Amino acid sequence: MNDILALSAAGAAKAIAAGELDGGELFELYRERAAADRLNAFVWVADGPPPPSDGPLRGVPLAVKDLFCTEGVPSQSGSRILEGYRPPYSATVVERLTAAGAPLLGKTNQDEFAMGSSTENSGFGPVLNPWDRTRVPGGSSGGSAAAVAARLTPWALGTDTGGSIRQPAALCGIVGLKPTYGAVSRYGMIAFASSLDQAGPLTRDVTDAALLYGRMVGARDPRDSTSLDFPEPIVLPARTELAGVRIGVPVELAGEGIEPGVLAAFEATLELARSLGASVEQCALPHAPHALAAYYVLAPAEASSNLARFDGVRYGYRASGAGELTEMYTRTRHDGFGAEVKRRIMLGTYALSSGYYDAFYGRAQRVRTKIAEDFAAAFARFDFVATPTAPGVAFELGAKTADPLAMYLNDFCTVPMSLAGIPAISIPCGLAEPPGGGPALPVGFQLAGSAFSENALLGAAFALEQAIAFDGSTPYEA
Amino acid sequence: MIEREEVRHVARLARLQLSEEEIDRMAVELAGVLEHIATIATLDLDAVEPTSHVVAVENALREDEPQPSLSRERALESAPSVADDGFAVPSPQA
Repeated sequence: MNDILALSAAGAAKAIAAGELDGGELFELYRERAAADRLNAFVWVADGPPPPSDGPLRGVPLAVKDLFCTEGVPSQSGSRILEGYRPPYSATVVERLTAAGAPLLGKTNQDEFAMGSSTENSGFGPVLNPWDRTRVPGGSSGGSAAAVAARLTPWALGTDTGGSIRQPAALCGIVGLKPTYGAVSRYGMIAFASSLDQAGPLTRDVTDAALLYGRMVGARDPRDSTSLDFPEPIVLPARTELAGVRIGVPVELAGEGIEPGVLAAFEATLELARSLGASVEQCALPHAPHALAAYYVLAPAEASSNLARFDGVRYGYRASGAGELTEMYTRTRHDGFGAEVKRRIMLGTYALSSGYYDAFYGRAQRVRTKIAEDFAAAFARFDFVATPTAPGVAFELGAKTADPLAMYLNDFCTVPMSLAGIPAISIPCGLAEPPGGGPALPVGFQLAGSAFSENALLGAAFALEQAIAFDGSTPYEA
Repeated sequence: MIEREEVRHVARLARLQLSEEEIDRMAVELAGVLEHIATIATLDLDAVEPTSHVVAVENALREDEPQPSLSRERALESAPSVADDGFAVPSPQA
């Protein structure tokens, strides 16, 4: 059994295709593990075998973040306002992966409406980190990241708005890819910030990320007007050296504010990149330090608009006993939304309100332009930009819940790429002791490239991954 | 610091009921975040075009032809309250 659990998703797909492994047995093995989950990573688990499937991912179970609509299966985006909601249709990306043969194993816990960096904002309780269950898994795709790291699923789907795939991947010691904006259809994803949200894979290794991602992209989805044709097929990475690859390290994102242990692991990885033939030089992203401020205008503004639909009329929770319509709206939203969601709705509504629009929203959009220009200048000289994924290792539950700004700073290194719409991958690059002492915890290395450079990004990440040889086994026992 | 009355006004715009305690907390927390956000006020951005969208997509329209969509029954099956084949809500009086 442990041999089967040790198989990567790509390994399992290959074994099933060769007739060496039974897909039904594999599904049942993971289904039992997911159902007995002690991390609160799952909010729903399949109660029986899946329908027969065919395709390149045949029989390899897939865990899906709660915010993807799955027909007839609870899709709550971590919110009590959607408790028990079973949508009448599935997200395009879920349909594509199902059509490729991957059966739905379960839905994973997340920060409510993907707003958070620790998965403590879930309406269904926090997720625990399998490396140390007193610590957070990161967020908002914390359930997907913890489930992959603890081998409760071979792989998982997450979403990233300002770091929500990359940061939990880093804190759980796995791989997470945030795609180019528009590469993956957003149809059927319960929206947080529409100009930033992207679906992506959370996997044990880079090969699995490429395998899953390759089935998520393709022809543009007519049901998502912002989706794009991906210009080329995604290939499985095979690169073992980095000869001629130019890596830029932005001084603004790889120094101040980063824990010393994280910085040490990051710099050791840069050394490895050099030993594989890459050139590594400093570069500048002068506006990157302002990305977080711009993000915390733009994302809440878009969220305040997107979340207007939760009004107790068409689906989800409705407060009982309201005498008239406005009272029904305001009480439903008071009872149904958690504290962080209310905070962001308030922030976004404030930023969009009369008299403040130009000072906040208009300025933030201009900062976004400057950040995209910074990256364009960097990519004229470099193939990739590298940073630590998160400023620290996994922190203790409750450590940052009282201070919203301290929580937001987790996204310091990931938000700039989101604003620029470019792809970025986080791979585990080693372990570091937390600042207060204790067992060493995973550190993520982030590599970002220009739009649609996913194949090159996955190739470079694969070469680094082979050289790093990270051991992803956690102390978690089922 | 944000005035409590301003917090109440924004909450009304957002159709969000807040308790007195939530209003107090929100006034402090929003002020903290807005203080951080205010750092972008120091940048010279007058000559910069705003970016609303990172990829250039123009007029992503389909042909105006009827396509299959949800049936009335499917659309209503998750509604908290249904009447006369429609969504039922309390009267918007007062």
